[in-house]
Amino acid sequence: MRHAMRDRTAIVGVGSTPYYKRGQSAPQTLHELVGKSILAALDDAGLGVADVDGFAYFAGGFDTGLLMETLGIPEVRFTASLTGTGGGSAGAVGLAAAAILSGQAETVVVVGGNQQGAQRFGTITSSYEATPDNAFFAASGLVGPGHMFALLARRHMHLYGTTRDHFADVALTMRRHALGNPEALMKKPLTREDYHAAPLLADPHCLFDFCLESDGAIAVIVTRAERARDLRRKPVLVRACTQGASRDWGRSIYWMNMPDESFASSGHAPVARRLYEQADVTPADIDVAQIYDHFTSQVIMQLEDYGFCAKGEGGPFVSSGAIALDGSIPVNTDGGQLSCGYVWGMTHIREAVEQIRGSAVNQVSGAELALVTGGPSVVPVSGLILSS
Amino acid sequence: MTDLLAKRPPRAFFTLSTDAWTKPFWDAAAEHRLVAPRCVDCGHFRLPPTPFCPQCRSQKIDWVTLSGRGTVYSYTVVARAVLPDMEANLPYVPAIVELEGAGGARLISNVVDVPVEAVRVGSAVRVVWDDEGGPTVPRFTLAD
Repeated sequence: MRHAMRDRTAIVGVGSTPYYKRGQSAPQTLHELVGKSILAALDDAGLGVADVDGFAYFAGGFDTGLLMETLGIPEVRFTASLTGTGGGSAGAVGLAAAAILSGQAETVVVVGGNQQGAQRFGTITSSYEATPDNAFFAASGLVGPGHMFALLARRHMHLYGTTRDHFADVALTMRRHALGNPEALMKKPLTREDYHAAPLLADPHCLFDFCLESDGAIAVIVTRAERARDLRRKPVLVRACTQGASRDWGRSIYWMNMPDESFASSGHAPVARRLYEQADVTPADIDVAQIYDHFTSQVIMQLEDYGFCAKGEGGPFVSSGAIALDGSIPVNTDGGQLSCGYVWGMTHIREAVEQIRGSAVNQVSGAELALVTGGPSVVPVSGLILSS
Repeated sequence: MTDLLAKRPPRAFFTLSTDAWTKPFWDAAAEHRLVAPRCVDCGHFRLPPTPFCPQCRSQKIDWVTLSGRGTVYSYTVVARAVLPDMEANLPYVPAIVELEGAGGARLISNVVDVPVEAVRVGSAVRVVWDDEGGPTVPRFTLAD
């Protein structure tokens, strides 16, 4: 049966600020960056602020009232956010689609942004409020997500023989993609020697296994597919979008009691299975994938959970060249969060839109189906398939 | 860093907060007893302690005193300061320890006082109590 969401909404505009190295976006405020990305997305779509009647966020989102006040948006009928953190980035597009298909809104802004001058995401865990639950990890000195995901990476190495050279191949491939993207923050080639010479921030993760810490904001505009056909840009259809996680995953990196079969994973397997069912496609049908790359090891585990290779074979898979621009599944064609810029997953939505429009700087020829993932973090993680 | 001893992580990042369900764990730690909550009705262990058994929804708990032995399920070596307060405590080794006699339940802790290079997935460990500079915290060291 055809899923109720399939191809009935579309992304009709995308807007982005430049990507800035951490702290370099000052004296602009985060609110200002978010506002600029929304205005750019509306301009791209050929729409105005008066057309906006909904906001769909992830990770708690932004202050809708303040955005209405400063941008002059007359009335909003829907404003909501997914729970959790960056895992909801791709899923926020599904939240927008749900609002539209249920008649609660017509033109919905999905926006994400971050400014890390004051609080680096690399140490964000240390800024969390002391709670009875947090006490069970805070004493161990796990001060950032990189330390926590290193524990999953180590287990993956132990179970499947994954090596740091496999992680290196993710980092090197993303850097090569970034070199073709003028907007990417990383401008210099990265060699295997550079990789192995880098400091181990959280063994087995070295500097180049971590994503960039950057500033920026990206917004996309979602509306009904029929209306999208009358707008300025070629519509990018929302083929399918899923979010959530199994109980086994749940609080994941803050819990660390996941059963052995899901511990060394991205937590995406059930979300991926539902996504392909909704879209009525298989992994072999996906032309290009924008995989949430906060850590190289988690790219490998997502490729497994999304069925591009078998469980445990993600390391050899990335080292085979499969994720390069000329590989079987080009991954993070803009350079990803590892080498282009980190905007809490929104860069992946932006790049997937460019690929389906046929306007990406590293265009995959004939790309018709693009996968976007959000997460891996606590529930929800999310997946999105965009189509031409 | 080959022969560096694994230190204790900085205390600066840890403020103990408890509630009715977690306080017995920390109270026992202050007495140098490692305990874990076992469901009275179905025998399932859970960590951290929570108000309901996820297997049977029971709220009845037995606090079982464990042997203090365990196995390293996974670990990482933190050898670079991403915050200034970390510098004096490097390197340290956050580790997930599967606790003996607790039905597979794991505790997020540290391996301390041994060369960092000696720690492996599967290493046998035993609890050591860290009373310095704050509430007592269970850490682990390699068992003989």
